[in-house]
Formats: sequence, C-alpha cells, structure tokens
Amino acid sequence: MNNIIKIAFRNLYRQKRRSLLTMGIVAFGVLAVLLFSATAGSFKNFMISEITDSMLGHIQIHAKGYISSMDNLPLDKALQAKQIKQMEKILDEIPEIENYSYRILLGGMLSNYLESTSAKFSAIIPAKETKVVPLLENRLIEGTFLKKGEILLPELITKGFDSKIGDDIVLVATNADGSVNGQNFKIAGIMESVMGPTGKYGYIHFDDAQALLRMNELQVSEVAIRLKDFGDVKKVNGILNEKLGEIKNPKGNDVFEIHTWENLSPFYNIAQMIDMMALFIQIILIGIVLVSIMNVMIMAVYERTKEIGSISAMGTPPSKIRWMFIFEGFFLGVFGSVIGLVVSIVAIFIVNISHLTVAFGRNSIILLQPEVSISQIGLTALIVIIVSIIAVMEPAFKASKLEPIEALRQN
Amino acid sequence: MSLIFCDGISKIYKMGEVEIKALNNISLEISQSQFVSFIGPSGSGKTTMLNLFGVLDKPTSGTLKVIDTDITKLDYIERAKFRGEHLGFIFQNFNLIPVLTVYENVEYPLVMVKSLPQKERKEKVLSLLDAVGMLDQKDKLINQISGGQKQRAAIARALTTDPKIVLADEPTANLDHESAFKVMSLMKKLSHEVGTTFIFSTHDPKIVKEVDIIYTLEDGTLIKREERSK
Repeated sequence: MNNIIKIAFRNLYRQKRRSLLTMGIVAFGVLAVLLFSATAGSFKNFMISEITDSMLGHIQIHAKGYISSMDNLPLDKALQAKQIKQMEKILDEIPEIENYSYRILLGGMLSNYLESTSAKFSAIIPAKETKVVPLLENRLIEGTFLKKGEILLPELITKGFDSKIGDDIVLVATNADGSVNGQNFKIAGIMESVMGPTGKYGYIHFDDAQALLRMNELQVSEVAIRLKDFGDVKKVNGILNEKLGEIKNPKGNDVFEIHTWENLSPFYNIAQMIDMMALFIQIILIGIVLVSIMNVMIMAVYERTKEIGSISAMGTPPSKIRWMFIFEGFFLGVFGSVIGLVVSIVAIFIVNISHLTVAFGRNSIILLQPEVSISQIGLTALIVIIVSIIAVMEPAFKASKLEPIEALRQN
Repeated sequence: MSLIFCDGISKIYKMGEVEIKALNNISLEISQSQFVSFIGPSGSGKTTMLNLFGVLDKPTSGTLKVIDTDITKLDYIERAKFRGEHLGFIFQNFNLIPVLTVYENVEYPLVMVKSLPQKERKEKVLSLLDAVGMLDQKDKLINQISGGQKQRAAIARALTTDPKIVLADEPTANLDHESAFKVMSLMKKLSHEVGTTFIFSTHDPKIVKEVDIIYTLEDGTLIKREERSK
C-alpha cells in the first residue's frame, strides 16, 4: 500500500499547475464555508444574546393558553398565588437555573393631560429583572432605571407626547374584573425599542402594577428564567415540561406552558436562515470539490490511459490501479482542505484583531468576533475529504476496468 | 517443452458491420529459452499475435495454451494474475512511469505484482540494472535518460519477476540503429543467460540477424518459419 500511496502522491507533480489550481479551488471553498460560518455565527450569537439578555430571558413560563392570546394581554390568564408557589418550589430545585423574575403584562391608556395613546407595559421587579435580563438597562436611551412610582417609556411614545425625563404621566388600565383605574407616574427613562414580542413595551414597577390593577394577592403574567449555561435551554425546558406538566387544574388540564426563547422570538427564524445559508454554502463547497476533483481525475485517467494499459499488462491487479487514483483524489482533497483551513484560521484571526464593527440598531454596535470550533473545522475537512473520495470513484473504477489491450492502443 | 502452443487460432475483429480477420488459422509452438521474432508489414497481425501470447486478448477460434494454461478460460482478474506471474512486457514507447526513478520503475512489478520483501527486491533490482548497464542511472527520473536507456530500463523491468516469457512489441521502433542493435544484443544475451523466452515483433529486417526463429506473417497468415543456427 505504501508504494501505491507513493505513486499517487508523486502523480500530483505530473501537472503541478493543475494540481495546485484544484487544491486552490478546494481551499477557496473551505475558506468560504469557514469564514461565513464564523462571521454569521458571531452575528447570530450577538443577536441571540441581545434578545435573550435584554428582553426575553432564556425560558418563559405562562399560564396555559396565555401565549395564544398574548396580543390582548389577558389578565384573567395570569398565574395565581398557589400555582406560583408550586412553580417556585420546582424552579428552586433546578440547579441549572441562575435566576427568574415575575412580570405582569398589561395594556393601558397613557395620557400627558394634553393627549393620550394606548400602550403596553411590562411590570417588573427591577432588582430581579436585571439579574434575568442583564442588558435591559442598556436599552435606556436617556434617564435612570426604574423605581416605584416611575415609568420607563418607549422612545416613540415620548417623541409623540414630546415628553421629557421627570414629566408626569397618567396610566389608565382595566383590571381582570373590568373596572378601570388610573395612576400617576413620573417618567424616569426612555427605552430603545428592540425586535421581539415585548420589544416596544414600556416598564413600570411590579408593585405599582398590582396597585393599579387592584390585585389583592400575587398574580403573574410571565415568569422569565435565566440559566447558568445558555446551552442547557433544551435540557431545562424538558425538565420544566416534565415537572410542571404534573401540575393540573381541577379539570385535569395543564396549568403551565413553557416556551424557550426560540419559540418566542421571531429572530429564531432568522437564526435558522443563517444556519440554512451556512448549509447552502457547504453544499456549494461540496459541488466545487466534487466537480473540480472529478474533472481533474477524469483528465488524469484520459491522459494516462496508455500507462494504465502497460501497468495492467504487467499484471497490476485492478484494485491497486483503483487505489492509486483514489489516493490521488484523496491527496487533492486533503491538501486543499489543509490549505483552506490554514488560510481560514489566519483570516478569522485577522478579523478578530481588526475589531471590525457593524452598526445594528441605535446603540448596538456588533463587534465581529468570528470564531470557529474544532468540531466545525473537523466537519468541514471531513466533508471535503469524503467528497474528494466520492469524486474520484468514477474515474478510479474506470481506470481499473480498462482493458489493457484497448488502453495500450491509445495515443 | 513448449511454452506456447497454438493450434488453428484465428482472431476476428468487428468494426461495426465489417469483420476484419487479423489472424487466420495459425498453428505453432514456441519452446523455452528461444529468441523468437515475428516479422511482417504493418497490419500483418504481429501485434495481434503478441497480444494473444501476452494474455491481453483471446482468440476468436482455435486452441491457445500459454505455459500449459488455456487462456480462453481465464477471467479478467485471473488473466492479470497470470501475466504478473509468468509474463514480462517491453513496449515500443517504453511505457515507464514518469514519476518514478529508473530504480523504482524496475522495482514496480515486484511491489505491485509479486510483493517481494524489500531486501530481496533491492538485490534483484540492482543486479538487473547492472545486467542492463543502468546501475549508474538508477536514481534518475525517466525524462532524464535517453531512449536507448529507457528501453534498457524497460528490459530490466520486464525481467524482474523472472517471467518465463518476455513479449516485446516493436521494441526498437523508437530507437536509432545503434541503440536498436545494442538493445537486441542485450535481449538475446539475457534470453540465453536467464533462460527466458523472448518473443518480439518487428518490421526492421536489420535487427533480426540475432534471432533464433523468425515467423513471417502476411495478412494474418503465417507464411514462413525460419530457424537460424545459434
């Protein structure tokens, strides 16, 4: 086998320029895949972090049926004190959970005494909320974070009302019983709107919401959960579904519904599209490798037909002739992918040390920090090598099946 | 003992609807250690004859036994194995592997066909290179040596597996007269020294002086057998 490998390797030198060109094409494909995957991955990770850390949290728990009617922010579909107590016990027992916070989501009418508008709000416990969504405070365009009696308004509303920090504003809301109540708030801050289900909400204090909505006991619209490790989302989601699923209402129906950020954010679809594009580029890579190596090897068989005839005449078994060509294609794939990997790693390193940024939204500057995992490198190299071997199969089999007498007649 | 026995063999090629009779009812026997030549004009059937003896092709009719083996009964793989074990080939265009050195080319059949241990391989290759006067050229690539040297290397390669028969189709066609004569003398010397039967084809009457037996072919028919005294 060593001699077959030796001959296959030396065969690369026959047409040096062609071999180099083929390896270059393979290397370019590898570079395209890894650079795109690394850069798109960097963008995706940034976006996921922005959405989960400034708004959603990693997992959310609602009363059963809440999400399907979320546009109406139904107060009658809130989790009740007893259910919250049962849920707390379960959440506290899951070590993967870092923190969780309660929210009351409500709609209301805002008035600055001159004009009014409808708006949606998330009532939060600031100290707990910032532990679950630590980037929430970063969304403040102006002002300070929330205290009791204060309100954080989305930027569009303050612009429409021509309001400033410190101005008074009235929020009128209807509670679960249908009675209307109003409360005065001082504008503490102006929030940047972000993409997502609650990205254009204002914020008030949890206690203020309870008073405004005349809640006599603890009620929660939404529980946001932050995990110690983002990678545990699926695992914890499974645990929560299993444990909270055991809690039923008197009719025997589920009390809770659990959603990961993926279910709640439209960005998940964009993230999937990024993954699809990476897959598409991988398919293009497969095509490049397949066509270029197959083309080169078909030409090699054609050019060496007489030589194949003579080694076949000497009694070289067809299997050895086949292996000779398979190894040649394998080497083209291996060297091409090694060159591609080295160039890709250097390119990714250069992008990282260049601190390239991309503007996204008002305050968000995405610092491109492409990174590529060992498994991704390994997978790309493996794909190239497997495809190289597949590409060389047809010419290799053709070479091994050549009748020596026919092959020797070739000029 | 006859190494090659053929009785009434014919070879017909089909070119579309047309049948071409390349060999017509040929019967002959070739024994061990003979230095045999097939001569005749182009298209007389010399190459077809050598292809049949070299187990590269099968006759359309008749009996052909090479080293007591009915080659018509061998399949593709068996024929390759048979060639590797019993036959050596020298080609008109040398057909040496350009990416290998002279030494590696001569070693090639021992590695790919016979799988001899390295020490034995080395001894064998060096002694053959010495015999053909190519020892000092052993590390050169094929494109670094002359045509005559290429054919010497090809002769050494043909003999590495200790074949009973070496077949050479127009081995001197691409050589000048002096080189051709040297190559013929070398083949004859080796034929008698190592006891290998050399069968070759040529249409060059000047180089057949060295030959033991000459078969003359014309239009696929054997018209003359001439034996020379050794």
